[in-house]
Amino acid sequence: MHTLRIIAAIFEKDLRVEWRHRETLASMCVFGLLVIFLFNFAFEPAGEESLRLLPGLLWIAFAFAGVLGFNRSFASERENAALEGMRLAPVDAGAIYIGKMLANLFFMAIAEAVMVFAASLWYNFSFIPALGWFTLSTFFCTLGYVAVGTIFAAIAANTRMREVMLPVLQFPVAIPIFIAGVEASTGALKGDPPGDYASWIKLAAGFSVIFVVLSYLLFEFVLEE
Amino acid sequence: MPFDTPRAKPELELRDVSKQFGDLQALRGVCLRVAPGDSILLYGPNGAGKTTLLRVLSTLARPSEGKVLLNGEDVHSNPAAAKSAIGFMTHTTFLYGELTVRENLEFAGKLFGLRAMAERLSNAMETFHLHERAETMVRELSRGYQQRVSLARAFLHDPQFLLLDEPFTGLDAGSTESLQTLLRGLGSQGKSLIFSTHDFEQGKAIARRLVALEGGRVLYDGPMEAAPLAALKAGERSHGAGARS
Repeated sequence: MHTLRIIAAIFEKDLRVEWRHRETLASMCVFGLLVIFLFNFAFEPAGEESLRLLPGLLWIAFAFAGVLGFNRSFASERENAALEGMRLAPVDAGAIYIGKMLANLFFMAIAEAVMVFAASLWYNFSFIPALGWFTLSTFFCTLGYVAVGTIFAAIAANTRMREVMLPVLQFPVAIPIFIAGVEASTGALKGDPPGDYASWIKLAAGFSVIFVVLSYLLFEFVLEE
Repeated sequence: MPFDTPRAKPELELRDVSKQFGDLQALRGVCLRVAPGDSILLYGPNGAGKTTLLRVLSTLARPSEGKVLLNGEDVHSNPAAAKSAIGFMTHTTFLYGELTVRENLEFAGKLFGLRAMAERLSNAMETFHLHERAETMVRELSRGYQQRVSLARAFLHDPQFLLLDEPFTGLDAGSTESLQTLLRGLGSQGKSLIFSTHDFEQGKAIARRLVALEGGRVLYDGPMEAAPLAALKAGERSHGAGARS
């Protein structure tokens, strides 16, 4: 019960800090929108071509927007060594990880919703018919990506070139998630039977569970001096 | 030479603790016993190992060698018990600039699982005269006020051991005086205080025991009145001159 309260406190604190300066969400959304707009400008896709382009494009935008968000999520913890302040409390390090991860997931979900909405307008593409399966696949892939991103952001936060280190560390590990995200989104948006791409969603779900559990268990060592 | 307190069972103990950062040996075989009611001044020149010693005691840093024991049990085998018993304040405030004073203390209270939070917050803010700035964001506060919030955070969960690294930095005369009074009263409540300050006279007015460090080693550990003050101060002056030359 205490652990749940700790997770809730950290989640609430991150939302409050973000609400005060709005740097994380703003930078994630602006960057994502820019990617989507530039691709639209470069390729001017129409009809079938939009469908071919959109899943990959969206996951490029999600991936880079995520890096910005994960880096920012530990910036407020570095200032005044606030993360050390948390370590001084009788708190399970895993609870700190889950609280931070849930906050990152929340910010990613908002940024993704904004990007998908913008993509539907600029690419003249309706996500409504495939919304259920597209949302489900995106949720599991995002969860896996955030699980990886949060722990690597915590590792990179203690390095000198943290902004560079984070993508270098996390992108290779997150490749299965990106592939699953693109494949499952393509299937869902094309209107294929769910059975055709369910294996990608299962892969993403499995990856997410493994990384959340591993990170929960290993976060204590990440926080060590 | 470790100082043996008259109490048979010390509460918090450093046993042959060394701490190394790369090539730098910050602590060398430090032994220290902290009994209930102890009031210890850590004294020494820059780089003597005072902050590292406090960080090791606080559980933030693991010793490279040796052990930190609470009631005879390694603090890293039961960190929750040790962390609940320790309040730590250092140069970094552990505060979130984007949260108000009240929100910062509330967050710390939640982490420590405190009950009767409103009363605890009110007491902490009253003790450190923070009521009028309770709703101010920490990043808008002066260094002195931030120091007070940081102290309030360290005292919030009513810890048995208070580890304070330069607690008077940035405080005005009034706040310094009330903090001195507060620290002097801790011993009578059975609480232990370990603090560092560069103002020896200020420290002497509070502490009953002196632990002098140099180069990560304990030079003296004993009652304040028996301390070879002239030699220690001369040592610090020569260290300072050496550092400048």
